[in-house]
Amino acid sequence: MLSLLMLQHLLVIAVIYSILSISLNMAVGVTGLFNMGHAAFFGIGAYTAAILSLAGTPFWLDMLAAVCMCGLVAALIGLPTLRLVADYLAVATMGLGEIARAVFKNWTSLTGGTMGLRGIPQASLFGLTFISTARFLGLSVACLLVVYAVAEGLLHSPFGRVLKSIREDEIAAQSCGKDTYWFKMWALVISAGMAGVAGSLYVHYINFIDPTSFTMWITFFLLLIIMVGGLGNNLGAVLASVMFVAVREGLRFIGLPTSIGAPLQQLILGVLLLLVTILAPQGLIPERKIIARQTDHAKGQ
Amino acid sequence: MLKVSNLTKNFGGLLAVDHCSFEVQENSITGLIGPNGSGKTTVFNLVMGLLEPTAGQVFFRDKLAVGLKPYQVTQLGIARTFQLVRVFQKMTVMENLLLAPRDQRGENVLLGLFRPSLVRTQESDSVKKALQLLELLGLSGVGDEYAGNLGYAEQKLVELARALMSSPQLILLDEPAAGIDPILIHGILEYIRKLRDERGMTFLVVEHNMQVVMNLCEWIVVLNHGQKIAEGTPQQVSNDPKVIDAYLGS
Amino acid sequence: MRNLVQLLVNSLAAGGNYALAAIGYALVYSILKYVNFSHGSVAMVGAYLILGLTSSWLKLNLIFAFVVSVLLSAFLGVIIERIAYRPLRQRRVSTLAPLVTAVAVSFILEAVVTIVWGVDIRGYGLPVVRGWRVGPARVTTVQAIIIASGVSLMLCLHFLLTRTRLGKAIRAVSDNRELAQTLGLDVDKIISSVFAIGSALAAVAGGLVGLDTFVYPTMGFMITIKAFAAVALGGLGNVYGAIVGGFIIGLLENVGVWYVLGGDARWKESIAYAVLFLVLLLRPAGIFGSRQGTRVL
Repeated sequence: MLSLLMLQHLLVIAVIYSILSISLNMAVGVTGLFNMGHAAFFGIGAYTAAILSLAGTPFWLDMLAAVCMCGLVAALIGLPTLRLVADYLAVATMGLGEIARAVFKNWTSLTGGTMGLRGIPQASLFGLTFISTARFLGLSVACLLVVYAVAEGLLHSPFGRVLKSIREDEIAAQSCGKDTYWFKMWALVISAGMAGVAGSLYVHYINFIDPTSFTMWITFFLLLIIMVGGLGNNLGAVLASVMFVAVREGLRFIGLPTSIGAPLQQLILGVLLLLVTILAPQGLIPERKIIARQTDHAKGQ
Repeated sequence: MLKVSNLTKNFGGLLAVDHCSFEVQENSITGLIGPNGSGKTTVFNLVMGLLEPTAGQVFFRDKLAVGLKPYQVTQLGIARTFQLVRVFQKMTVMENLLLAPRDQRGENVLLGLFRPSLVRTQESDSVKKALQLLELLGLSGVGDEYAGNLGYAEQKLVELARALMSSPQLILLDEPAAGIDPILIHGILEYIRKLRDERGMTFLVVEHNMQVVMNLCEWIVVLNHGQKIAEGTPQQVSNDPKVIDAYLGS
Repeated sequence: MRNLVQLLVNSLAAGGNYALAAIGYALVYSILKYVNFSHGSVAMVGAYLILGLTSSWLKLNLIFAFVVSVLLSAFLGVIIERIAYRPLRQRRVSTLAPLVTAVAVSFILEAVVTIVWGVDIRGYGLPVVRGWRVGPARVTTVQAIIIASGVSLMLCLHFLLTRTRLGKAIRAVSDNRELAQTLGLDVDKIISSVFAIGSALAAVAGGLVGLDTFVYPTMGFMITIKAFAAVALGGLGNVYGAIVGGFIIGLLENVGVWYVLGGDARWKESIAYAVLFLVLLLRPAGIFGSRQGTRVL
C-alpha cells in the first residue's frame, strides 16, 4: 500500500508546507496583511538558494542568503505598499507575485527560464549529506521546529501583541502609540524570511527548480490551509498542512490523467476556499487564547 | 497643559473647525461641547494627529505638537478614547491593557523573541499595573475575557483603562457616556473624578449629554459651526445667551 | 515598418477592448466598493461559450453566439453574486473575505473551462476576412468590430445610467447605500442587475479578445488585471474614468512599447502590471478619483 519511502516523502512535503503556512500566518493571520503574492517569497528564496548552491555555496549559507534575500525584497515591496488599504494591498501584492514569476520565467540567464535549473546539489551540514529522504525529513523537521519556535515566541511577545492589535484595529493601535508601519514592515520581512527557509529546503529536496512551482495557486492553497487551521494559529496551520498535503497526494494517487487531475485540484481548492470563507471565516480552529502566561508571571514575582 | 491656537480645518470647502482657540488647564476636567456638527470630534482628531490642520497650532506643555502622526502624539503623553468604542475585540482585556504602555522593550523583534530579564520585568510590572487598574475601575475578574465579549459599558471602561496604561498626562474622552445605561454613567463619572483627584490626570471631554457635562466638568468650551462661541464654568456657560441660542437654533 | 497611424489604430482597438472590460468592473466596484476578482473569469467564460456555441454541434452563427453567451454570462454573474458575495455582505467580515471568495470563484471557473475544453489555446476557427485601408494603416474587420461595439456599448451604458430609472437607482446605491435603502430602493435587486450588466460587458470583452486572437483558460487573470489597471488609472468607481484608463493602457501597450522598448512584445503584458503598480503607489485615487479612503494613514 503505502511504502515507508512514500510516507517519508509526503511528510517532507507536509513539513515544507507547514513552514510556508506558518510564514503566511505571520503576515496574514497575525497581522492582517493581505499578502496575496506570498508564493513569490517562496520562489525568491528557492531561486536564491538554487543559484548559490549551483555556484558552490554550502547549504547553510545558501539558506541564510535565501532568508536575507527574501527579507530584503519584502522590505522593498513593503516600503510603498504597506501604506495602502487592505484591498489595494492585496491587489498590489498579487501583481508583484506575478511580476516575480515573470522574472523567473524571462530572466533566462539567471534562472534558467521556463526550463529551470537542474542538478542542484544535496544539502550537507557538518559533513553529513542529506541524500536519503529519511535524513532529509530529519533536517526539515529541525527547520520546522526552529521556525515554529520563532513564530510562537514572537506571537506571545509584546511584539506579537502589537501585530495582533494591528489586525484588529490599526487606527486604535496607532492611538495607543504604536508606529504601525514599522511593525507591519517587520511582520512582512519575517514572513518572507521564513518562506525563504522553505524555499531553500525545497530546492535541496527536489534538486530542481522551475517557475511553475510558484504560482498564485500556491498562495491560495496556503491561504486555505491557514484559514482552516485558524488564522494566527500556528499549530493549526501545521495540522492543516499535513491534512491537505495528504489529501492532495491522495488525489494524485487515484491516477487521473494530469489534464483532468490538475484542474480538478484547482476546482476543489476553489470550492473549499469558497465554503470556508463563507461558512467559517475565522477558521475552523480559532486562535488559542493567551491567558495564564501573563497573570502567572505576575503571581510568580 | 493643552493649548489650541487658531486651529482650522477645511474639508474642501466645508469649514469644520474655524480659528478655534482654547486652553486646557492642568489637572482639570474640561468639557468641549456644541450642537451636532460643531466640530468637536474634528478638534479631537486634529489634536490626535488623525487629521492634518489647514491652519493653526496645537501646543502640549508649551511644545508644538502639530503635524504629528497619531502614534507620536500618544508617545508625547496624550491618550484618547473613541466615540464608538475601539477595543481590540479578539484579544483579551489583559492583552488590550498590556498593549498600551509606552517604551516597551519587548516590542523590539529580537528582544521580544528572546525575552531578557529587562523585558520580563517590564511585562510583570505592566501586569501588576493592569490588575490594579482593573480593580480601580471595577473590572477585576474579566482580565482573561475576550474584550469583544464584554458589554458595551464594560468595553468603554476597558478602553479607559487602556488609555490610562500609557501613563498619559492628558486624556481626551470622546463621548464617554454615549450608549451607556444612565445607571452606569454615574459610576464612570466617579472613576473619572477619582483619577483626576488621586492621580492628577487632566481630562478633555467631548460630550452630548448635558447633565454629564454640567456635573463633571469644571470648565467648558462651547463650539458652534467650528468656532468657539463661549467658554467658562458650567454656571456661566449655561446662562450664556449665545450658547442657548446655538442649541435652540440647531 | 510600423507607422504611427497603424499603432494608433491598434491602440484604439486594444483600448476599446480594455475599456469594455473595465467599465463592467468599475460598475461593480462603484456599487460594492471592493475589488471583484472574478470579473476576468466571467469574460473568459463568455469567450469560451462563444467557442463552444460556434464550434460544437450547435454551429451557431457568430452574432447569435455572442448574444447567447452574453445572456448566459449575465446570468452567471448574478449567480456568482448570490453565492459568493451576498452572504458576506450581510455579515460584517474582514475585507479579506470577499477577495478570497472572488479568487475562489475564478479558480472554479478556470478549472471547469479547462476540464471541458482542455488547456490549449483555441481559436474560433472563423474564416479570415480582409480589412480595409484607412490612410496609411490597415484596419482589420475584427478591430473595426471592436471599436464599433465598444463605442456603441459605452453609449448604451451612458444612456442607461443617466436616462433610465434603473440607472438612477444604480447611481443612488453606489453613492450612498443606506440612504438608498431607506428611500425604499431594493438594493439586492439593483446589485444583481449591476452584476448582470457588468458580466454581460465582460463577456463581450472576452468574446472580442477571442475573436481578435484566441482563448486560453488563464486569460481571465490577465483581463482582470488589465481591467483593474484601467479602473485604478481612471479613478476607482468612476465608470467614465475607466474608459479613459482603458484607452490609455491600449495606447501605452502599442505606441509606448514600440517607441520606448523597441517593440519587444514580451513586455506588452507587463505594461498593465506596471501601470497598476505605479498608480497604486503614486496616486491611488487615479486620475479622476478622490483621495479619500485609499490610504490607511
